[in-house]
Amino acid sequence: MLGIGLLQGLAVTARNLIGSFHDPKRFVTTQYPEERTKLPEAYRNFPFLVAENATDPMGTLRCVACQICEKECPPQCIYIEKSKDKKPDANGKMQIYPAIFAIDTAVCMSCQICVEVCPFDAIKMDQVFEFAATDRFNGLVLDRVQLAKPNSYFHGIHPTEAAEVDGRLAAARKAAEEKARLAAAAKAAPKPPPAPKVDPPAE
Amino acid sequence: MNVPDLQALASVPGPAIRAVHDEFHGDLLEVSMGPHHPSTHGVFRMIVTLDGETVVKLKPVFGYLHRNHEKIGENTSYLASMPYTDRLDYFCSMTNNWAYALAVEKLAGQAVPDRAEYVRVILAELTRLLNHTCLAGFLLQDGGASGTPLMYAFREREKILDLFESLSGSRMMCNFQRFGGCRVDPDPAWLAAARTLADGYGRFLDEFERLLTGNEILMARTQGIGRLSPALAVGAGVTGPILRASGVDYDLRKVDGYGAYPRLKFRVPLGDHGDTYDRYMIRVLEMRESISLLQQALADLPAGPIMDPKAKLRGFRPKAGEAYGRIEGPKGEIGFYLISEGGPNPYRYRVRPPSLINLTILEDLCLGHSIADAVVILGSIDIVLGEVDR
Amino acid sequence: MNPCPSGTQQHFLERAPVLLRDWITSFLPGSTRWLADSLIDIASILAVFGLLFAFLTLAERKVLGRVQNRPGPNRTGWMGLLQPFADGIKMLTKEDVVPRAADPVLHFLAPVALLAFSILTFAVIPFGRNLVPLDLDAGVLYFFAAGSATELAIFMAGWASHNKYALFAAMRALAQLISYELPLLLSFVPVVLATGSLSPTGIVAAQAGWRWGAVPNWLVFTPWGAAGFAIFMISALAESNRSPFDLPEAESELIAGHLTEYSGFKYALFFMAEYFGMCALSGMAVTLFLGGWHAPLPVLEIIPSYAWFAAKLLVLLAGFIWIRATLPRLRMDQLTKLAWKFLVPLALINLGTTAFWTLTHPWEGPLQLLRWGVALGLVLIPPVLLGRGLSSGLGPRRYRYA
Repeated sequence: MLGIGLLQGLAVTARNLIGSFHDPKRFVTTQYPEERTKLPEAYRNFPFLVAENATDPMGTLRCVACQICEKECPPQCIYIEKSKDKKPDANGKMQIYPAIFAIDTAVCMSCQICVEVCPFDAIKMDQVFEFAATDRFNGLVLDRVQLAKPNSYFHGIHPTEAAEVDGRLAAARKAAEEKARLAAAAKAAPKPPPAPKVDPPAE
Repeated sequence: MNVPDLQALASVPGPAIRAVHDEFHGDLLEVSMGPHHPSTHGVFRMIVTLDGETVVKLKPVFGYLHRNHEKIGENTSYLASMPYTDRLDYFCSMTNNWAYALAVEKLAGQAVPDRAEYVRVILAELTRLLNHTCLAGFLLQDGGASGTPLMYAFREREKILDLFESLSGSRMMCNFQRFGGCRVDPDPAWLAAARTLADGYGRFLDEFERLLTGNEILMARTQGIGRLSPALAVGAGVTGPILRASGVDYDLRKVDGYGAYPRLKFRVPLGDHGDTYDRYMIRVLEMRESISLLQQALADLPAGPIMDPKAKLRGFRPKAGEAYGRIEGPKGEIGFYLISEGGPNPYRYRVRPPSLINLTILEDLCLGHSIADAVVILGSIDIVLGEVDR
Repeated sequence: MNPCPSGTQQHFLERAPVLLRDWITSFLPGSTRWLADSLIDIASILAVFGLLFAFLTLAERKVLGRVQNRPGPNRTGWMGLLQPFADGIKMLTKEDVVPRAADPVLHFLAPVALLAFSILTFAVIPFGRNLVPLDLDAGVLYFFAAGSATELAIFMAGWASHNKYALFAAMRALAQLISYELPLLLSFVPVVLATGSLSPTGIVAAQAGWRWGAVPNWLVFTPWGAAGFAIFMISALAESNRSPFDLPEAESELIAGHLTEYSGFKYALFFMAEYFGMCALSGMAVTLFLGGWHAPLPVLEIIPSYAWFAAKLLVLLAGFIWIRATLPRLRMDQLTKLAWKFLVPLALINLGTTAFWTLTHPWEGPLQLLRWGVALGLVLIPPVLLGRGLSSGLGPRRYRYA
């Protein structure tokens, strides 16, 4: 009969209207900014540089300015200049570090390819999205001081990933130490006596 | 016929309405709908010539969202082009990613592990669900329902976007497929959440259909409107649910049998009339098939690596050659044609945009109908300007 | 306002508005009392319905929001209660643009006339037992005459804009309004037939009392009354340009709707007039079919009559909002087809049903069942048949699979 479909539709909307008062599935607004939805761990926004400890971020950056992320970045929003000198890294090895590391967040498209290609776990994705500046050119370019955040922060936002990275780096460090120890032991061990010179048999 | 030069009209932002004199019809009215218009699904312009209220001529003008995607592809490495494909049909990033990954894998002869094939099917069917749900919402929104079906559609879409966010890190710009598999392996918690969503989606569709499918006003607004004949559809290269609504049995998931689809059972619904109502109903039926596909894929998901161990991330240089990879996206056949000369960037990178090719028949569908119907017909073709303009 | 009917015990709350008015006018000399009475009536109607309009816009947005699983405006003031005032301030601060070629007098007069005629219709609605501003013998006729005059104002708006397309759109809007005047009027003629009176107070009085102590004598509880009520409400939806009949103010915006050349407060006045029309038509529906200010049960007579009127009015307005939240829009030709080919024949058949009902009033016993059966048949069968004709070619479909 003409009108039955309309009445069914009215019933659906009435159910939603009444449901919106008692059923959370029928009232799905999060009243931002008083309430916030919990972001999943995998959520990514703009990158940040990982520093091993918070007291000296510039001195403990994992980044060695290999410039792989700069090359692989699709919109080319990363600008890196290598340093002229070297500094010891977490393993004590002398590495160059980035004198300039700038990301233009107006250009960055949060694709996270820089994170995937970094061999040193030095750049990771941050989760800050409430990020506004008053100058839309320089205000949105982040330099290495603004980008550097400590490893503890990384643990706070991406716990599983940070634990996995720390585990891998610790294992690599242990392997490197093991190798160094063996090499040092080999060097320090007394040299075996030189083989006696065999005089050529007298003619 | 003393019609003003539409070419000039399209390039210069002129008056939105002007009078046109046609010897056959008399005084006609030429209206420019868009590019700022709530019903045109993006920055899209239609120059419609009206005789009273009937459409006599319709010229679509697009290009307002052109971003040089294909040229950028020539200057970017294969991996770096993947995030750009997210932004083509921005509703369906997972399927765009898959089509591109398929093309590159064909070009490079790269194999994909089974687990990745199943995960790709899961994500593609989730994308199909959200696309078709939103299309039903937008169609009704254009038809005048004050946003209610649209809000219900978006409420369900949010659940799927939450799944995408917890898996890939981003709701829409997922950048998820890689050449040789997927970037992230879904963990059991995610799979359980996906299973819950798939099981509950049928109930949402029942409620949605109760609101819409039997609605007499919807039937009066969409049945018999915008009939697309199968001959025209096939001749114009139309693909996707629109083609199947006209009765042509052509679904790439069956025809090409790519991915894990040959191992899954599903049916392809076909329409008989090819009008707007059929295009809407076919999408609803496809959603039900997608739910069944999701449940099967989640149940049969094999263990194994998510990415082929021999796949290279950086320094990817496929041998010289060409490949065309295509999948049945929610809007139609989305394909990527790549020509490689052995370098890190492709020589030619071409996207086959289903929305654009489906849009070519817009005039034929709208002729003879009133302008209110033209809006509804455009809604049923399901275009996304990111894909039309690239 | 008319004096209270004799013999009815009325308690304080019921007489409160009249007492208040008498107290205010007691400060004035006796010869001006008639003027003071009228001015107080006018001021109170404007105040009450002005505030109702304001909060109705808010209620609509909040109900629409809740139907759509979201809260609606809730930031301006507690629960969004200051939203209408914020909207009013916004409208008032917008620039009032008048096209150079437009007729300035008519351009200004159109929204004013529209609003004036809409408010004029409130004069004959009995809001409570003692609360009719103007008790005319042909009050219902006056109501619909003033309501139809609003259509003139719409045409005035289109004409004064001096814009060919605005004029076309105004003519389309006018076509819709005229098409639905006919079912609107035809649906209340049975009420006049049954009650024998064109006066709203008389019609309300005819619906007094309860059958068997519990079922009110409201006309909506008769078969022809229910049908008449349904036709009246559908026509009222169309007369106030509400969804699903809001084509003139929605789609034709793209082809220069009749309101294109209006901005700022004049634009707001058009919508105010639409809401006043909605309230007035709902008020008349309550009067004609829902028993006016009568309570549904004898025990509930404690609650004052104007409260009952308000409650019924709010229920009808909620119905308007509910329908807007659910239904998509009808196209212009479908709209007019619905009026001429469905509602007008049904309203005419309803007239016949009412005549039958009135003539068979003295039937007793089992003949009452026959009376009800025939009346129900006359009310239910024609819509099914006409509906089938209207929706020929449309219907749910079965789909095949490849």
